[in-house]
Parts: sequence; C-alpha cells; structure tokens
Amino acid sequence: MDTKIFEKDDVTIRFAGDSGDGMQLTGSQFTNTTALAGNDLSTLPDFPAEIRAPAGTVAGVSGFQIHFGSKQIYTPGDACDVLVVMNAAALKANLKTLKAGGIIIANVDGFGKRDLSLAKYGPEDDPLKDIQTSGYTLIQLDVTKLTRASLKESGLPPKDVDRCKNMFVLGIIYWLFSRDMDSTVSFIEKKFAKKPEIAAANIKALKDGYTYGNATQLFSERYAVQPAKIEPGTYRNITGNEATVLGVAAATKKSGLNTFFGSYPITPASDILHGLSKLKHYGIKTFQAEDEISAITSAIGASFGGNLALTSSSGAGIALKTEAISLAVILELPLVIINVQRAGPSTGMPTKTEQSDLLQAMYGRAGEAPLVVLAPQSPSDCFDMIYEACRITVEHMIPVFFLSDGYIANGAEPWRFPTTESLRSITKTFAKPREATEEPFLPYLRDDKLVRPWAIPGTPGLEHRVGGLEKQDKTGNISYDPDNHHHMTMVREGKKNVVAENIPLQQIDEGEESGKLLVVGWGSTFGSIKAAVRELASEGHSVSNTHLRYLNPFPKNFGSMLERFDKILVPEINNGQLIKVLRDQFPNINFDGYNRVRGVPFTVSELKDAISQKLND
Amino acid sequence: MEVKEKQLPEYSSKDFSSDQDVRWCPGCGDYTILKQVQNLMPDIGVAKEDIVFVAGIGCSSRFPYYMDTYGIHSIHGRAPAVATGLKIARPELSVWVITGDGDSLSIGGNHLIHALRRNVDLNILLFNNEIYGLTKGQYSPTSPEGMVTKSTPFGSLDHPFNPAALAIGADAGFFARAMDRDPKHMRSIMERAHKHKGTSLVEIYQNCIVFNDGAFESYTDKKLRDDTSIYLEQGEPLIFGKESQFGIRLDGHKPEVVSLSGGFSKDDLWIHDETDHFKAYILSRFFDNNSIEGGFPRPFGVFYDVQKPTYEDQLHSQMNMAVEIRGEGDLDALLAGSETWVVK
Ligand code: SF4
Repeated sequence: MDTKIFEKDDVTIRFAGDSGDGMQLTGSQFTNTTALAGNDLSTLPDFPAEIRAPAGTVAGVSGFQIHFGSKQIYTPGDACDVLVVMNAAALKANLKTLKAGGIIIANVDGFGKRDLSLAKYGPEDDPLKDIQTSGYTLIQLDVTKLTRASLKESGLPPKDVDRCKNMFVLGIIYWLFSRDMDSTVSFIEKKFAKKPEIAAANIKALKDGYTYGNATQLFSERYAVQPAKIEPGTYRNITGNEATVLGVAAATKKSGLNTFFGSYPITPASDILHGLSKLKHYGIKTFQAEDEISAITSAIGASFGGNLALTSSSGAGIALKTEAISLAVILELPLVIINVQRAGPSTGMPTKTEQSDLLQAMYGRAGEAPLVVLAPQSPSDCFDMIYEACRITVEHMIPVFFLSDGYIANGAEPWRFPTTESLRSITKTFAKPREATEEPFLPYLRDDKLVRPWAIPGTPGLEHRVGGLEKQDKTGNISYDPDNHHHMTMVREGKKNVVAENIPLQQIDEGEESGKLLVVGWGSTFGSIKAAVRELASEGHSVSNTHLRYLNPFPKNFGSMLERFDKILVPEINNGQLIKVLRDQFPNINFDGYNRVRGVPFTVSELKDAISQKLND
Repeated sequence: MEVKEKQLPEYSSKDFSSDQDVRWCPGCGDYTILKQVQNLMPDIGVAKEDIVFVAGIGCSSRFPYYMDTYGIHSIHGRAPAVATGLKIARPELSVWVITGDGDSLSIGGNHLIHALRRNVDLNILLFNNEIYGLTKGQYSPTSPEGMVTKSTPFGSLDHPFNPAALAIGADAGFFARAMDRDPKHMRSIMERAHKHKGTSLVEIYQNCIVFNDGAFESYTDKKLRDDTSIYLEQGEPLIFGKESQFGIRLDGHKPEVVSLSGGFSKDDLWIHDETDHFKAYILSRFFDNNSIEGGFPRPFGVFYDVQKPTYEDQLHSQMNMAVEIRGEGDLDALLAGSETWVVK
C-alpha cells in the first residue's frame, strides 16, 4: 500500500550536520527543486563560524533552513516541521528549532559513543531515546551503512562513497515531499562533469534514497505542497549577494559606464567580489586590494577617471574606509559603498546577522559628511536597491551607502527577474571639452539639483584639481573662508536632500493607510514584520506596516504617513538605531522600539507578541 | 587598449603651471622639483589633459594644486592606491604620484609596497626630507637614529627605512635616486621614470629648510658630494671622488671601495648594469652613515630598470579574453541564470 499523501500549505525543513556533511549543498538543491515546483520560499543558511571546526562538535555544525509553501512566504520560518540531523552535535545545536510534534530524521551512525561525547552529551545520555518520549516523530537511519550498500559496486574508495551520504538523505526527503529529482540530477552531472564516476555515485545515492523511502514506507504519511499563487511571470531563485552582483552588472549596462569594484575579502561580503570577478565580459573590473583603505581609495581614483566605482565590506571593514568615504563626500564623486552587515562590535560574530551599522553609515565620519543611505529588504530586493544606489550616485554625484546584511546576503527567495529593457534608465553626463577661448572651467559650479560636473581626465580644457581640503564654491580652489565653509557644509547637506525628489514615495506594505499602529522597519526584517502584521491585520487588528528602503533622505511623504497613526513601533536587530534617526527628524512623534540583538532574524511569533502588546498598551 | 595618436600642441613649461600661489616655505627643495616637473612635461609627448598628478598629505602633496593638469590631493598615505584605481580605470593616462617620506613610508607604507609588487604603470616621486614638515617637525620613518626632533627630545629610537632596499625587496621594476640640488640630473631621472612602463619609484633627497636643513648636505653639497656620492651610469664602472680616484669592485658578491691609484684599474671595477637584480640589491645596501670612515658612497641615478608586464595591461587583456571566449556579456541571460520557471 502506498503511503498516503497529505496536502500542506507550508513546511519548514532544516538540514543540519557537520561542516563536512554537505548540508549547504543539500539545502540549496532542495531549494532549487522546490522553486522549480512553483512554491514560494525563503531560506536561511546557518554557517559555523570556523571554516574547519573540529568534526563532530557543536561548533562545527552547519545548518540550512528552508520554508516553502503554496501561500506567500516571507521568512525562512520560525521553527521547523522537519529536522534532518547527521550527527549528535547537529541534534544538540538544532533541537530547539523543531516544532512540538515535529519530525526528526537522524543518521544513527552519527550517534556513537564518540559522537555523543564530542557533542558534549553525558556518558549516560541517550538523546534519540529522549526524543521519542518527547512527542516527536523520530526516523532513525544508518545513512552511512545505507549509502555504502547503495554504492558497493561503484568501485569508489570509502571516503568518496561516504561523501554521497547527503544525496541519499536528499533522496529520502524528495520522496517525503513528492518531489521531482531531475534538477538535482542535472546539477550533479554538471558539477562533476570531469569526474563521471563521482557523478554516477551521487546520482545513484540520490535515487536509492528516494527508492528506500518508498520501499520501506519509512513514514506513515507523505506531503505535497501545491504551487504558490504568486504573480505570474518567469522566476529564478536568488540570494542577496547574487542579486547584488546582478544589480551592479545591470547598472553597468544601463549607464553605459565601465565599472570598477575595489574590495578586500571579508565575511559575509566576499561573495559579491567573487561574483563580480567572473563578469569581466560585462565591462566590470574587480580589484582585490591590499586592505580596506586601498579598496575604497582605488575606487575613488577610478571614479575620478569616470568609472562607475563601488567598494564592499562589512562593518569592521567599513570603519577602516571611513576617512576615504568623507573624501568622496567632499570630492562629490560617485561612489557606492556596500556594507553587508554582520554582528559587531569589532569582529563580533562574522557569520551572524545584525542591523547595527545604520548609524555608522549615517553619521560615522569626520566632519559634516552627508551621503545617501539605502537598504534592501529581501534577497531579491538587493538587485533593485544596488541598482538604485548606482543610479543615484551617478545622477547626483554623491556617495551612496547600500546596507545589506548577512541574513539577506545568504538567504534565498524566488525572483521574478526583470528584463534589461524594463529597467529605469541611468542618466550620466560627463562634462564637455572646452576651448582655450572659453571661460575657465568651474569644477564646483552646480546645476539646479546642486550637482557638480563629472569632468574626467582626458577631456581637453577641463584640467582641474580636487582634494580633501575645503573648496571655494564654484572654482573648487582651496578656501579657508569661514562663510564659504558654512555655505559648502549647507550645500552638501542640501544636495543630499535633493535626492528625495528622485526616489519613489513611501508605501504602506500591509494594512490600512491610517490606524492605531504603524510598524516601521528597514532592511532584512521586512519578511518577518510583514508576515506578523499580515496575520494580525487579518485577525482584525488595526495595524499596518511600512518598510524603509531609502533611509537618507527619507521619501518626501514619510513624515505625513507617520502622522496618520496613533502609535509607531520600530523593530530592529540592534539596540535602537533607526529610532534615533526618527526621533531626531520627527521630534513631535512618539516612537517605541522593539530590539533584539541575537545575531538571528526576528521570528514572526516574537514580532506578533511585540505588536500585540503595543496594540493593547 | 587602443591609443589614438593625438596632435599635441607646442607646450611650454608655463602651460603646466596653474594659477594657484605656491605656498611652500621660501628656499624649500620642493620648488626645484616642481620647476623640473613643469619643465619636463612638455617633452614627454603626452597631452596635458591626459596627465594626472595624485598626492597624499604633507608638504610635498600640495604639488598637484600647482600643476595645470588633472589632479587629486587625496588622503594621507593613500595616493598610490588612488592612483592604482585611476590607472586601472584609464590605462591611457599618464599618472604621477607625489608623496613624502611620512606619507608613503609611514602611514601609507602598505600601499607603496603593494603598488610596487603589482607593477601598475605609475611614476612615484618620493620627496624624502627625513622629517614631518607640515605638522611642524616630528621625526619621520627615514630620520636617522638618535635624531632630536619635537617628538624625540632624547633622540629617535627608530631605525630608518632604506627606501631603495624596500623597493628592490618589493620587486619594483624601477628604482632611482635624485637630489633637489642637482636639477638637471633629477630631470633626466624623472624622464627615465616616465619612460619605464610599470611602477617607477624615484626617491628625491629634498631639503626641508625649516625643520631639517642640511639633512643631505654631505651628499648634495657641490664641494662635498664628489667624495660621498656616486652617480650611476649604465655600462660604466662605479667611480667616485674629486679626482675620480676611487672605485667600487666586487669581490665575489662583496663590494669594496678601492683606490685607483693603489693597484686597481678601471677594468677591475664593478660595471653598472641596471638590469641586474642582484647588483641592484647590493647597491641598495649602500646606505652607510657617511660619517663612518671608508663607508660606501651614496648612489644616485637609476639602480634598476627592468620592464615587466603591468597590472593594468594584464587585467585588460583578461577582460578582452573574457569577451573573446564568452562574447560580450548578455545581461538578460545573466539575469535569467541557469534555472527558471514560469508561474502562470
Ligand atoms: S616645512 Fe619644510 S618641507 Fe615643508 S614647505 Fe617648509 S621647507 Fe618645505
């Protein structure tokens, strides 16, 4: 008799194992297959901090969570329905993420005496037995043994055979969720094109896993998740860092500029450097500099030379770039500064997410050095916002900060990608050559948007000098005149504010246009806030939310939007940063914060609690 | 990169002088250097609009303001990095870096050594005055040990950098030394630096008349320098002294000063070879305190000049190769990626 298949609206699965168990690959393969099946989804990889933490320890556990459904999915899921654990340490680290009554698939081979002791279980502990008595469904498999049996004819050395364990498990999961395996099969063929025997072994393990699930009736029920009703169109799956790379390529193409990307390796931003370095045939030059300072100053040099220039880092590295950012401000040259934020201070928790560099981006410089700050709200939104950053920096000759974070950088979601043609145009103009008979060139003469000309070397008649010393208005000559300095300070601030004329108006994302409570968020908290507000609004509460992607300057209508609500709640994964900016700019409005700084995204349920509490206050 | 032949106007040195007042102390060695650079520019065969001067911070770094070319006065120590980005972005430009000993050997030491090893085609003029001038007289990374300055009332404890050894150690393709007191020679060295494709480092002994007057007197003073300095000429024996009475001989790999009247002839001497990396390294060690009797003379001229592929040329050929192999990037294909699905 076939196992009965039940329909589910949404499911969350977490794969967890040792760093060497291939859990990221397993998760991303499941993600692709799920996306191709038409589900909406959101993922969250959970990397160990150390590259090679001792095998079998809790520090070495690598996890990957995916939340998918036939409804719209905004977050990777608060807790999981299915937890796959390859060893005792993975169970120890992740049991708390499993829902009551959830399913655990455990590789019993990873629960030997040594594994238990490495995971710091006591000599008397039997965690798998405890699970059974705690109301969870436990499926025990000896994955090592099963994989070895599956591949006993492969002729591969045991080490290579054991590397296919994750595919055996993935096969079982595919069976459990009635999934097609084609996409993973062709992925394996491509990945191991040069090692056909390894490809064959992985594919066999995958298929045998599926068959094993079926033949042994491993589970009393199977699940099916129907395609989600999402906007029609062509989709792909994308992470935030990938989307950032594509956004830079798109801006390069649409602006007609050559691009220079100066960077220094840092977690979790390095994938942007890796991605762009592959795009040389798109006119993108990447430069891995000797340090963070060189990464940004080389970009400033390239910008002076007429390239679309970007630099990337994470908070600790941004701190090193600070002096150069203020140089870019006074030079009034285009420059995009990407900060994929992570938990600080100092080295902090490099693989964990946080929103704690907003004030650094807004104010963290010597002198009065205003610039534009943008923040993407989801993995795919990284594309739109880096594109906007490039557009604004070129059109306004002002540095732009792009504040992504570790969560959306590595998290993935389906993306209805645009066509080149549909992208907003980027207007850039270089100053024209001048004859000797014309009036002298004035590098700091501004247009009606307070923008100065981009006069690049190689243009006859525009020879001029720029530098970090205060400039005389119009001529750009060095000036220590007190009134001029005051004037220039105000002009730089005003010039930043003009950008508000060139960005979209702020929208309410969920709920009514006015009401009792408005939840204001920014950055990667979008999904959790939206899901929480949506659920509460559908339960009849007067709550709305708006999410800021343009943080400096704010959209023009933002202030009046705030006034239409009785209370305002500002949840942030920091100790209250946006709220300080809001209190400064809207002193007559009362703001309340909800702040948790745990290195992980908000759960929907904690936000629902926080919002309900505010509603009842 | 395709370089179009430009019809150049007849430039004079005046064409390279900006309308800004020069603000160095009267008598500062920087004036001679500026004059020689302005004097050289009409002769390098580059259009004025294609020349960029990039500087860091310090007395010398005001230099770009006085040149009627493109220029950036950047951040303390960062000029080589700014210039690197500019040159990568625009390889057809002639990019000059103006820096001082504090700027490039202390706060910006990292950028200097990395520019040298990468071999970006930059001409770096390092004005070495062995002092911090703009901040009014603290010792610098090239100040001799024991030097009493505002910040070292009991004498400096730092061992000074040897810029020649640093450059050769970083595998620079070009290193030369000049002095402000010999402008003609300095001009010829700067011209050589321009001609060298790749990073060229020229150390210029520059007198800071206010805070470190006479620091190089023994090498630069016309009456003294014959006995303390040696001018390097390609293919010529290493000879110095008022009467050309001394030479340098290599005993194996060990150099020694010999007297040409004491049994040695020109044929016994070390013949200067700018392409010999080992000899360049030995020359860079001629860094004795000249008060020591029998020490080596301080060399001036081109130590080393060997052409190597430049960073920017290699990067651009990688870019061209990428286009050749994969074709001009197709943005729509990139946006779609390898796996898509349609939602109806
Ligand atoms: S302080 Fe010294 S180096 Fe600076 S301008 Fe005056 S003399 Fe020249």
